[in-house]
Amino acid sequence: MTAFRLPQGGTIDRSKPLNFTFDGKPLRGFEGDTLASALLANDVYLVGRSFKYHRPRGILSAGVEETNALVAVGEGGRLDTNSRATTLEIFDGLAARSLNHWPSLRFDVSAVNNLFCDLLVAGFYYKTFMRPRALWQSLYEPLIRRMAGIGEAPREPDPDRYDKRHRHCDVLVVGGGRSGRRAALEAAREGSRVVLCDEGRVEALPGVDVLPRTTVFGYYDDNFLCAVQREARLWHFRARHVVLATGAHERPLVFGENDKPGVMLAGAVETYLRRYAVAPGRRVVVFTNNDTGHKRAAAFRNFGLEVAAIVDSRQGDVVTRALGRRRVSGVEVNRNRRIDCDLVAMAGGWSPVVHLYSQAQGRLRWDENKLCFVPDGCRQDVRVVGRANGDFGDDYAIGPLWEVQADKAFVDFQSDVTARDVRLAAREGFASVEHFKRYTTTGMSPDQGKTSNVNALAILANATARSIGETGTTTFRAPYTPVRYGVLAGRDLGEFLDPVRITPMHDWHASRGAVFENVGQWKRPWYYGSDMHDAVQSEALAVRQSLGVLDASTLGRIDIQGRDAGEFLDRIYTGTFSSLGVGRSRYGLMCREDGMVFDDGVTTRLGERHFHMTTTTGGAARVLDWLEEWLQTEWPELEVYCTSVTEQWATVAIAGPKARALLAALAPGLPLDADAFPFLSMREAKVAGIEARVSRISFTGELSFEVNVPGRHGLALWEAVMDAGAKHGIRPYGTETMHLLRAEKGFIIVGQETDGTVTPYDLGLGRMVQAKKDFIGKRSLSRPEPRRAERKQLVGLLPEDPREVLPEGAQITEVDVPLPRRHGSRPVPMIGHVSSSYMSPNLGRSFALALVRRGRSSIGRDVFVPLEARAARARIVEPVFVDLEGARQRG
Amino acid sequence: MLLIRCPWCGPRDETEFRYGGEAHLARPADPQSLDDAAWAAHLFMRNNPKGWFRERWVHAAGCRRWFNAERHTVTHEIRRTYKPGEI
Repeated sequence: MTAFRLPQGGTIDRSKPLNFTFDGKPLRGFEGDTLASALLANDVYLVGRSFKYHRPRGILSAGVEETNALVAVGEGGRLDTNSRATTLEIFDGLAARSLNHWPSLRFDVSAVNNLFCDLLVAGFYYKTFMRPRALWQSLYEPLIRRMAGIGEAPREPDPDRYDKRHRHCDVLVVGGGRSGRRAALEAAREGSRVVLCDEGRVEALPGVDVLPRTTVFGYYDDNFLCAVQREARLWHFRARHVVLATGAHERPLVFGENDKPGVMLAGAVETYLRRYAVAPGRRVVVFTNNDTGHKRAAAFRNFGLEVAAIVDSRQGDVVTRALGRRRVSGVEVNRNRRIDCDLVAMAGGWSPVVHLYSQAQGRLRWDENKLCFVPDGCRQDVRVVGRANGDFGDDYAIGPLWEVQADKAFVDFQSDVTARDVRLAAREGFASVEHFKRYTTTGMSPDQGKTSNVNALAILANATARSIGETGTTTFRAPYTPVRYGVLAGRDLGEFLDPVRITPMHDWHASRGAVFENVGQWKRPWYYGSDMHDAVQSEALAVRQSLGVLDASTLGRIDIQGRDAGEFLDRIYTGTFSSLGVGRSRYGLMCREDGMVFDDGVTTRLGERHFHMTTTTGGAARVLDWLEEWLQTEWPELEVYCTSVTEQWATVAIAGPKARALLAALAPGLPLDADAFPFLSMREAKVAGIEARVSRISFTGELSFEVNVPGRHGLALWEAVMDAGAKHGIRPYGTETMHLLRAEKGFIIVGQETDGTVTPYDLGLGRMVQAKKDFIGKRSLSRPEPRRAERKQLVGLLPEDPREVLPEGAQITEVDVPLPRRHGSRPVPMIGHVSSSYMSPNLGRSFALALVRRGRSSIGRDVFVPLEARAARARIVEPVFVDLEGARQRG
Repeated sequence: MLLIRCPWCGPRDETEFRYGGEAHLARPADPQSLDDAAWAAHLFMRNNPKGWFRERWVHAAGCRRWFNAERHTVTHEIRRTYKPGEI
């Protein structure tokens, strides 16, 4: 036994013993211990295996910079595979497991990699696994992933609930050390609202809001900072002024086998002695390149440790190699002398923790005397104090020692990068620090190179004959320490992330067996029943033969009012609306300025200065934004007001030959014949006793009325329609049937027949492009291109096999394609794609809509739709399959 | 996250806003009078300076109003926001 608990001292509470396990072995610690201190107190020195060579690794540090001691804790959805033993506070029942070994930590078969260390150099993966290429996916990648991962991701959802909070303050102090506390107290005395965050347990301060166990991990624009408290709460800070008192990390020294368990940072050894009353060893060799090492040695002696030697590189002595099998048993000095010890304390000098400062776009400067990067100016309102600013005291003297050349001299422990790898990368031309980082993976592990980056840069600088300042650093990026996804998500999960919108009739649909479809945030009945095919076939027949009813409440609705409303709509739509009579409706097409179709819908004139616009269900918000943008930024002289009224209305669409009879029963006073109430007009009337706007609009091609009532009456109207329709065999139908019926009529759906590259001409809607007025998209549409015959145009398709429903999105070719395709065979030109495809009970066969090159001039010709094993033959036809003259909808 | 001063609502988080590209590009009064090249230039060509840039923003999750901002494309500093119609 070499590491042990001191009989007294520390900030642990010896009256509160805690039981925990490591790799199943029961151990005991005290309240106030971290897992690392408790493991050391139990003389557990081997805590993990390294990433690439699977070398045994022990605890290096006593803080967030820890590079070796990553453990897994928790089970199932609470599994955390990236927990740092040095910051993980133990609790009763904690079960921690080591990582990266198989079958056990002591006997890891992959440690044979260690024997091939000379082969697994920087860029090894790139050099070795390139050929043959076919083996990459099947063999190399799975193999590398299995060998190289650090832990395994949890497979179940995280059952815990995380919290988010926002805080504005005058001064945010990051770091609760001496400098941070002083800055916080000063600001508080001046009357500022001060918040202080510290990673650990930190005492309260008068007038300061102290947040213990809170790690600030991100520093963004305009003094916006993010912190995580106890891995459970995410803080968003906006501070007028930021004080960074983030301290400094001690650097390891680079020498042979410096990764052996028992080789630790000198400051960490002192922390374990002082804070946790744990001696990580009995006989220590201090290896240093600066004065700190000597102070540490004195402290170690005070705690009763035997200091076997202080090896100070400034006096020409270096440790060339750590000795011992699984843990340190001695060191080799100057290649010729052996000193026995069970602990090596490295004091390689200090690196200010400038991560947050650098994230804030602060500049860094290499200090040639202190041998570290120090803050050098930032646009944001931030001040760096204490050791984070390079203030190590007046008596800090350091001499450069970046590398003792030796085998297996590690620079980055977590990524298994040696000094030799760094020099090799430099020789191979990876001199730019960003290229070097990616090639060697230095600093790319979960610790983000907190202890390794400066050593690596210095060795790279030497190898490329540049100064460290010239070599520069890689970009520091958030997060400073790993943050769980659960913390970032907080409560923004499920419905809280993306609200669900339902219509007033939703429960009715659900109770009648509706299967719902997501349309944007809306839940719309997709079909009613258990079998989609059967449901859609009978719903579609009912509409064409007698009566169907659709919940159309989700349609986007925008109320447009004002003196210039008509003029405005003329500019927005391709068609003319200023000439529309009051009480009349018109189908409109909106284009973007590039002439491509953007949205469509029916707009009704309610008064001289009052219109009611409908948009696609998914496009409502986009269209309202579009209207506002034009009104506010281009045409402020127009007096027009746009208001979303989607939620205010419920719409029941009644369609089918019996629609008029049904409405007559529900609205006795309303004249319904075609002369009194023609197609594309609107009447206000009482329907089932409810004040309603009734529109003669048809998206099915049948005789159809859309009855709009205030949302709260939606269900009452729906039920009245169902009751009155019973004698006509009324069927509620869902969106699938709606899509089928409109496709039979060749009516487009924006987003299905269009994809942002389709013009009105391509859709056969050129008649809707008004020549006499300007509108958005007109100039683009007046070029020859949108009317070019070679463009993809909307056509109908009839598959040769009437039972074959072509997959939507399938490609179309002019010639039959031999399938399956052989590797290397010549590509076949694709001339279009299937946009909508259904089995129609009304046609008694399948049909489709498609966009095909020269489609309009190819009516009657056959094309091919390559499927998996064969190409289906289909005939191009006019994109209207039912009621070609449109007599039914006007009737 | 930027702190953006909406001319109507005051300083708000960047996430409340949506970006609208270069500002002060007036739609031609008579697009039909432009030749194809001039129209394409209006539609697609934008300045992309390194430095101060006048651009449009909309307070999408707030008052829904558009405004202009002068932002430095390197530092992201916004030195001024102003209402449409102001210069």
